[in-house]
Amino acid sequence: MTLVTSATPLDARSIRQDFPILHREVRGGGRLVYLDSAATTQKPLAVLDAEREYYLTCNAAVHRGAHQLAEEATEAYEGSRATIAAFVGARPDDIVFTRNATESLNLMAYAFSNATAKAAQGSDLPAGAERFVLAPGDEIVVTEMEHHANLVPWQEVCAKTGAVLRWIPLTSEGRLDLAGLDALITERTKAVSFTHQSNLLGTVNPIEPISAAARRVGALVVLDACQSVPHMPMDVQSLGVDAVAWSGHKMLGPTGIGCLWARAEVLDSMPPFITGGSMIETVTMERSTYAEPPKRFEAGVPMVAQAVGLAAACDYLQALGMDRVAAHEAALTRYALDRLDRMPGVEVVGPTTSADRGSAISFTVDGVHPHDVGQVLDSRGVAVRVGHHCAWPGCRAMGVPATTRMSPYIYNDVDDIDAFCEALVGVQQVFGAR
Amino acid sequence: MMEDLYQEIILDHYRRPQGRGLREPFEAEVHHVNPTCGDEIDLRVHVEERDGIPYVADVSYSGQGCSISQASASVMYESLAGRSLPEAMAALGRFQEMVQSKGEIPGDEETMGDAVAFAGVAKYPARVKCALLPWMAWKDAVVRATEGDGTDGGSNE
Repeated sequence: MTLVTSATPLDARSIRQDFPILHREVRGGGRLVYLDSAATTQKPLAVLDAEREYYLTCNAAVHRGAHQLAEEATEAYEGSRATIAAFVGARPDDIVFTRNATESLNLMAYAFSNATAKAAQGSDLPAGAERFVLAPGDEIVVTEMEHHANLVPWQEVCAKTGAVLRWIPLTSEGRLDLAGLDALITERTKAVSFTHQSNLLGTVNPIEPISAAARRVGALVVLDACQSVPHMPMDVQSLGVDAVAWSGHKMLGPTGIGCLWARAEVLDSMPPFITGGSMIETVTMERSTYAEPPKRFEAGVPMVAQAVGLAAACDYLQALGMDRVAAHEAALTRYALDRLDRMPGVEVVGPTTSADRGSAISFTVDGVHPHDVGQVLDSRGVAVRVGHHCAWPGCRAMGVPATTRMSPYIYNDVDDIDAFCEALVGVQQVFGAR
Repeated sequence: MMEDLYQEIILDHYRRPQGRGLREPFEAEVHHVNPTCGDEIDLRVHVEERDGIPYVADVSYSGQGCSISQASASVMYESLAGRSLPEAMAALGRFQEMVQSKGEIPGDEETMGDAVAFAGVAKYPARVKCALLPWMAWKDAVVRATEGDGTDGGSNE
């Protein structure tokens, strides 16, 4: 038996054995080179099996019903919450399941607009909800590289409350320009929400200076960790932020489940978001009172099978070791950046060194629109994402209408990067760009 | 397979677009975007009556986007400019029917000219919108021009 330590590199080839989809043929017989994991990852058999096993053996509506299946389903659901919480260093009760990260971020944003609307009516609010009540002139700070999911909900909060949206600008390299941070985050700032790792640029942002500035003025700090939880060891309680949002499907889990972690006192002080069954304490015709978190934020029959699947994904990643996952991706990123750097006519959009940078690499090809780049790559079996990546303002800030993005994960290796680069030369040939 | 999509005619129009640039006079101007990819087009139409029949005297445009949307704008200009409005509407109908046919309708070179080169796009569902972007902008602009409604934006969503 070989001893596996944190220093042992991942073996992508053997990992691929767990992902049957990676062995299918595409576009008339070619090998699939899947480099779109920043959009969504493929799912290992362990995840599919866990979901199937749940439906085969104990499917039932959780938290109700007097029968054995309901008991076992509840155990599967809450057990999954515990596994997922442990994966990010959280207490289970501080994890709320949502539909996806977009919903997690909306949950935080709606805490502000709902608390503001209720305060205006004199309606009941949880103790401590004052920090969510906004007045015209209050400010919310985001960054120019945000995914629309962490931008549009805050624009909506501003439109509903009279708060003002401000943002941290980008440098030409695609990093946050923190020079004006102290002027940007002031006593008026009530929330600061930013991405840990940019889905457009790959940039890994420094949390500490931003969260420290927010803490100094008592602003709530929300972190979009969609692109970091799947790729690096994560201990949410030590990040110095109040809330963290991420998706299951970008970390080998199923679609239809996202997570929100928030410090217990933050969750406690938030009014509900989606309302209905399962999230109440008492209900009369006139009014209702609400359950403690996390149930307060999980109305209706929840996504049990997806929770079970996501827990299996956490187990799978845990068994690989997140430090090894991060090292594997860093090596692929260095390799890919180096190869792209040596390709004439190809320009990386975002940091060109692997320091504080994730594996999602956006680039442009001189004279060829990203859609056309993606189409020719696809004809050679290479799956990438093209467009503005739901980060349109970030594209504008970088001076490009759109990019092509390749994003490797645990099942990719240098052969995939090589296949991608060869296909990229093919793009330039088709369009006569070189 | 991919050669079906990137026919030489399409690449030629992409490299040397016909009728590009916004011109005067015009009765309507529209701005259309493809929100999924960010492709944009500004388009103007000039409609004038000749012997009681409305003619598409000019279609002018500018924008940015992929080879399919840009070449399609160039082909649209060649297909529609100078035609009577009923003829131009029929050409739009033929083009739209072909690219939305999932490859069932190959198109007729006789009546469609270079536009027939877009038959291959029909097999790539994600690209149909690219090909239609300029044509839908034109249709919108014509409606605005003939209804005497000035200039406004729009989206082909």
